[in-house]
Amino acid sequence: MSTTSAFNDEKGGSSSAGEPEYGHDPASGGIFSSDYKRHDDLKEMLDSNKDSLKLEAMKRIVAMIARGKNASDLFPAVVKNVACKNIEVKKLVYVYLVRYAEEQQDLALLSISTFQRGLKDPNQLIRASALRVLSSIRVTIIVPIMMLAIKEAASDMSPYVRKTAAHAIPKLYSLDPEQKDQLIEVIEKLLADKTTLVAGSVVMAFEEVCPERIDLIHKNYRKLCNLLIDVEEWGQVVIINMLTRYARTQFLNPNINESLLEEGGEKAFYGSDDEDDDDEEKKAEAAALAKRKPYVMDPDHRLLLRNTKPLLQSRNAAVVMAVAQLYFHLAPKAEVGVIAKALVRLMRSHSEVQYVVLQNVATMTIKRRGMFEPYLKSFYIRSTDPTQIKILKLEVLTNLANETNISTILREFQTYIKSMDKDFVAATIQAIGRCATNIGEVRDTCLNGLVQLLSNRDELVVAESVVVIKKLLQMQPEQHSDIIKHMAKLTDNIQVPMARASILWLIGEYCEHVPKIAPDVLRKMAKSFTNEEDIVKLQILNLAAKLYLTNSKQTKLLTQYVLNLAKYDQNYDIRDRARFIRQLIVPTDKSGALSKYAKKLFLALKPAPVLESPFKDRDHFQLGSLSHLLNAKAGGYQELPDWPESAPDPSVRNVEVPEWTKCTSRKERKEKKVEKPFYSDSEGESGPTESADSESDTGSGSESGSEESGSGSESEESEEESESEEEEEDEEDERTKKKKKIEKSKPKKPESAESDQSSGEEQKRNRKVVKERRSGSESESEEESESESSESESESEEESESDTDIKKKKKAAPSKPPPKQTKKESKKETKEMSLLDLDDFDPTPSPQVTPVNNFLSSSLVADLEGLSLTDTVLAPTTIAPSSSVRMYELLHRITGEGLAVEYCFSRQPFSPDPHMVAVQIQFTNNTSSESKSLHIEDPKLQSGMRIKEFPEIELLPAGESVNVVMGIDFCDSTQAANFQLCTHTRKFFVSIQPPVGELMVPAFLTENEFKKEQGQLMGMNEISEKLNLGEKCQSDHAIVERVTAKANLSRVPCGSEKENRFAGKTVSSGSLVLVTVARKEGGGAQLTVNCEKMVIGTMLVKDILQALTQ
Amino acid sequence: MIHSLFLINNSGDIFLEKHWKSVISRSVCDYFFEAQEKAGEPDNVPPVIRTPHHYLINIYREKIFFVSVIQTEVPPLFVIEFLHRVAEMFQDYFGECSEVTIKDNLVIVYELLEEMLDNGFPLATESNILKEMIKPPTILRSMVNTITGSSNLGATLPTGQLSTIPWRRADVKYTNNEAYFDVVEEIDAILDKSGTTVFAEIQGVIDACVKLSGMPDLTLSFMNPRLLDDVSFHPCVRFKRWESERVLSFIPPDGNFRLMSYHVNAQNLVAIPVYVKQNISFFESGSSGRLDITVGPKQTMGKTVECVLVTIHMPKVVLSANLTATQGTYTYDPVTKILVWDIGKLNQQKLPNLKGSLSLQSGAPKPEENPSLNIDLKIQQLAISGLKVNRLDMYVEKYKPFKGVKYVTKAGKFQVRT
Repeated sequence: MSTTSAFNDEKGGSSSAGEPEYGHDPASGGIFSSDYKRHDDLKEMLDSNKDSLKLEAMKRIVAMIARGKNASDLFPAVVKNVACKNIEVKKLVYVYLVRYAEEQQDLALLSISTFQRGLKDPNQLIRASALRVLSSIRVTIIVPIMMLAIKEAASDMSPYVRKTAAHAIPKLYSLDPEQKDQLIEVIEKLLADKTTLVAGSVVMAFEEVCPERIDLIHKNYRKLCNLLIDVEEWGQVVIINMLTRYARTQFLNPNINESLLEEGGEKAFYGSDDEDDDDEEKKAEAAALAKRKPYVMDPDHRLLLRNTKPLLQSRNAAVVMAVAQLYFHLAPKAEVGVIAKALVRLMRSHSEVQYVVLQNVATMTIKRRGMFEPYLKSFYIRSTDPTQIKILKLEVLTNLANETNISTILREFQTYIKSMDKDFVAATIQAIGRCATNIGEVRDTCLNGLVQLLSNRDELVVAESVVVIKKLLQMQPEQHSDIIKHMAKLTDNIQVPMARASILWLIGEYCEHVPKIAPDVLRKMAKSFTNEEDIVKLQILNLAAKLYLTNSKQTKLLTQYVLNLAKYDQNYDIRDRARFIRQLIVPTDKSGALSKYAKKLFLALKPAPVLESPFKDRDHFQLGSLSHLLNAKAGGYQELPDWPESAPDPSVRNVEVPEWTKCTSRKERKEKKVEKPFYSDSEGESGPTESADSESDTGSGSESGSEESGSGSESEESEEESESEEEEEDEEDERTKKKKKIEKSKPKKPESAESDQSSGEEQKRNRKVVKERRSGSESESEEESESESSESESESEEESESDTDIKKKKKAAPSKPPPKQTKKESKKETKEMSLLDLDDFDPTPSPQVTPVNNFLSSSLVADLEGLSLTDTVLAPTTIAPSSSVRMYELLHRITGEGLAVEYCFSRQPFSPDPHMVAVQIQFTNNTSSESKSLHIEDPKLQSGMRIKEFPEIELLPAGESVNVVMGIDFCDSTQAANFQLCTHTRKFFVSIQPPVGELMVPAFLTENEFKKEQGQLMGMNEISEKLNLGEKCQSDHAIVERVTAKANLSRVPCGSEKENRFAGKTVSSGSLVLVTVARKEGGGAQLTVNCEKMVIGTMLVKDILQALTQ
Repeated sequence: MIHSLFLINNSGDIFLEKHWKSVISRSVCDYFFEAQEKAGEPDNVPPVIRTPHHYLINIYREKIFFVSVIQTEVPPLFVIEFLHRVAEMFQDYFGECSEVTIKDNLVIVYELLEEMLDNGFPLATESNILKEMIKPPTILRSMVNTITGSSNLGATLPTGQLSTIPWRRADVKYTNNEAYFDVVEEIDAILDKSGTTVFAEIQGVIDACVKLSGMPDLTLSFMNPRLLDDVSFHPCVRFKRWESERVLSFIPPDGNFRLMSYHVNAQNLVAIPVYVKQNISFFESGSSGRLDITVGPKQTMGKTVECVLVTIHMPKVVLSANLTATQGTYTYDPVTKILVWDIGKLNQQKLPNLKGSLSLQSGAPKPEENPSLNIDLKIQQLAISGLKVNRLDMYVEKYKPFKGVKYVTKAGKFQVRT
């Protein structure tokens, strides 16, 4: 009734209408009629035109809701007031509406128009609140309206409205998951927002809607890191947790050296030069196997660590915990220590906070004990701590115990044993047991201490001690027959069944150590047999059996006696056991086959139990998460990925245009350091340069191809060759040279110096030819050369060691990750090209190069291609990066009346729309007149398919060729996209049909993820075929090469040698495609494809089968 | 994130429920009740309870269980911290956080919860912003009610959320501009039987009450900032300044707030202001025991130790106590088995002593352990670590504020083992 008085005050007695009902309690009864009447009453108040009455009514209704009472029948009366002018009434109406709209969907629709009006209000706060309420109404019919509202709000001028839009995204998603794709677009847009207000909310939306789309973060990564400190605290938690996951996919394990080189690793890394050499030698050994370079942290990784560190000082425990887990999972071992102090500080907080923090500290102490050792005393237990906290602290203390501090800890434990809290005492005894097993030096001390506890007056303490002693003794029974004897004596006094049973088991198990006492104990036990508890009886039987087997002379009669007693026991378990034992040990006429093994059965050596922390191995869950706390995967938990083998391309985080200038300096710095997942530059360079030259020379793709393959096999030599060749040829065109010079001036290469001398001309034309040839020739030539070139790789490295010059070059080489170079060069090129030949240069969409080789580190092929990019003179976007790229004919030279058009699937992400497949089209004008305004017209597409045309080519001079990129969303089908290619004079009907393997993009998965995903794609989604591998496909390498050539998949690391796994996602719908090739003896193999889209799966099987059997 | 919240009192009544997404039946609380029963003490209820479809994360504060329902993965501390914020907000609004006040202000509570979370994700948790939107219940509030018909729309909208300093409301005006800082230090210690220190540390906080007009920019510096080993700040404090200059620079929230918490370097030996001589023993025969406690001042830096209070959790077998105190009064509650001795001010000349006999349940074995003593105390005008505020400067605003700093030392978790 207290509520009544409160509202009396507020109302000032203005209305007494609803008074008696206000304090109405369900307990006080109240018949239906009065209930009905009450609501009538409220309705009347709501219908009145006095705001104060309405407000009063609404307050009472909201109070009903708060207390969990049903007020749904008032819906029509309330919803009428949604447009009420009084802001307070309105707010309460909103509260009501959000609560009941789900139940009264039709009526709720009446209110929608009000919010739609609100969305257009000039006041940002009203817009935001309208969106907030609109999106909270869980009525499926309004999904399109919500979608529209969210989209609009996402580009609102006010950051507050944008924040509200971010909040609305998960609401809509939970209402209708089908909207995911559209929502992801909104999220992508909002992620780019630069205000702190939005950052936290949008990352929250990201985590709820599409946590797997880690690629959306790349461009925003640095911004998020920099904004972090100014984001509100709750947003910080979400962002930090997300960035932890992100970093695990993008950076290398900072502790890699430890795991690789064990102890010496760190020293070598920080050590002086000669140690470095040492390191390099080791590396050279491991190169073929691990191809690891000394670890240097990615500056972006460092940025994250640096920017989160101040947040350890946050007042918010959740933020501190988030940073702590970030450091635990991401920081180099030497830096993790900083979090200990902050975590210890949290121990001062509320007991719930302590509980969670201690759980996490317990896990951390197993991995990184040293971190918390200085704070040992902070984990001392007070008698006033709640039991659950005590037990957790005990866990931490046990984990922290080592040779140096064990005496202090044991002294501390001694006081705990006297506690009144018996659960805690039992846990302490267990803890002592664990310390004893872990630290050999104190095992005897602990044992003695525990033995002393055996004379404790509290039975529970004694019982627990017996159980722990039993476990300890099992580890080294020979030395402790005294203790066993002592425990044998205890059977007279101790009554706790579990303890008695344990003692009996011990005596039976080690009866050979106490040959005199054991029969005596059995005698005593036989006497009291009938009064014992069941578990004790079972152990008496056990003891009797073991003694009979070892010492049958003394104990035969006793055993018979005990067995007879047991035979008539009330408990059938005991009767059964007696019967079983009798058959087994007492020799009879037709004793079973087993009886001769009786001794083995009973007296087998039992492994000592391992006393382990329950927190062991819990760190595979992200610390601080609910799943970690429960030690079970909670719904919606995102696995913390394993570190990648090699770092994915760091340049994806480079932000475009405005930050460009800023970035370059940083990038240069980075280039010096960043570990390069690729092989050294030299080989890579030789290939393309040479091919370029040779092509310009001969003009025939096939020839150049063979040369190239040659270059692959003997890279060192061929390099020289290529250089000389270059010299000759380059004299022809000066301009090419000039360009090359500029490009090469950065990466230090011998070629560049040489090419400087010669002068170039006809650069434009030449370049075009080069371009054309390259893409044409590669498809054939490189495929062949790949395997060889990979071999030559190792050779060349050996060679290089002898040659100092080259060695130098090599040293320099790994420091420059080619993708970045490409990017920079491409940038430069664009400038340059536009200077030189404006008319020709084609500003194709996708200024971001994003070379594809962030996956496929295992495949040399890709690496080489990545490198090949660096040297070419072409706009990188239009270069087919993959050697296995095949050119398809779109328009033959003859039908095209001199205009030849070819296309290939470049496997580059198509940046304007990630759901599209990038198709690179090459136009060659073979006529003698120029061709104008090449463009696409009138696409005829299957439903759902979309096309993104390339920008019109205004002019294609005679003899020239040009490359452009267009995007097609094939909707995950192999249906052809038909359209017209138009020139200024003619139109040609053409169609592009994708091979199934091009409808996907690589996906990174770890082995575990792969298995998990595969497990979810069984049955109908799995297609399996047996095949005989073709002659050339017997090796792993060949399989990888063929499969990746056939389909745009990435390789998944795999433990088994016999298996190769690949993963990808379909471009349009993102369905996983998993491919497994398991080799069998004798050239056979099993191909398995798991894919949600069965059609794709079937076609892919066919394609790969074909590729592998050839 | 947070799906629903139930407030439950000690007797198991759900007196408030709030859902931020679709409604979850209150029957989900049955799992909580089950866990509560199993735990016995409210302190021992596990903060995270797993049910077949949900996870319950709860805190226990002021005799109320705040039980939140979670459906998917969320950092547990996130929820726990938030629930504590809710409790603090109630305290801020209603002076105390109790079942009665919550029930009295049900509508305000409900509105607050509505504003604090949106779809289960925290929206506005700064008291300054919330107070702008939802007025605390005062006389003023009832006046506002009568004139709401003409109330201005903007006034009740969360303009504070738009600000870059969300903790401070705009247009603050005071006639008396004042800023007070309380440096409160607590000694956490465990002393063993013989009086030697097993573990001791000093934790401190600086609570502020700032009532300044406009947008003042304050700088607080210490004489000996090196003492501070570990610190955590209110979001208003500029961390960079602290890192480089060891000064606190901030634009304060309006009203009461905790500026910082700190931990004093453990290497500095902690001065223990009192000593305790105790002798508690239980006899094997006659089911009785004896108790003799003397408390005296030790390192008090010349200040008086006040509000000394000794609390002892007696073993279950102790039925009653028959004691005499030379100073203060004692009470023994035979139900909870808690003996409280309220001494008051410590007198240097005549040390307070509590002596007498305890009677035990007849026939029961004598208790294994002697109960430990928990001590409370307070010393005014002293920060036991020696921390001193040097000066407070104000920038931006022109007026001259009234400034004050107060020091207090208290016992935190101060326990004497026996």
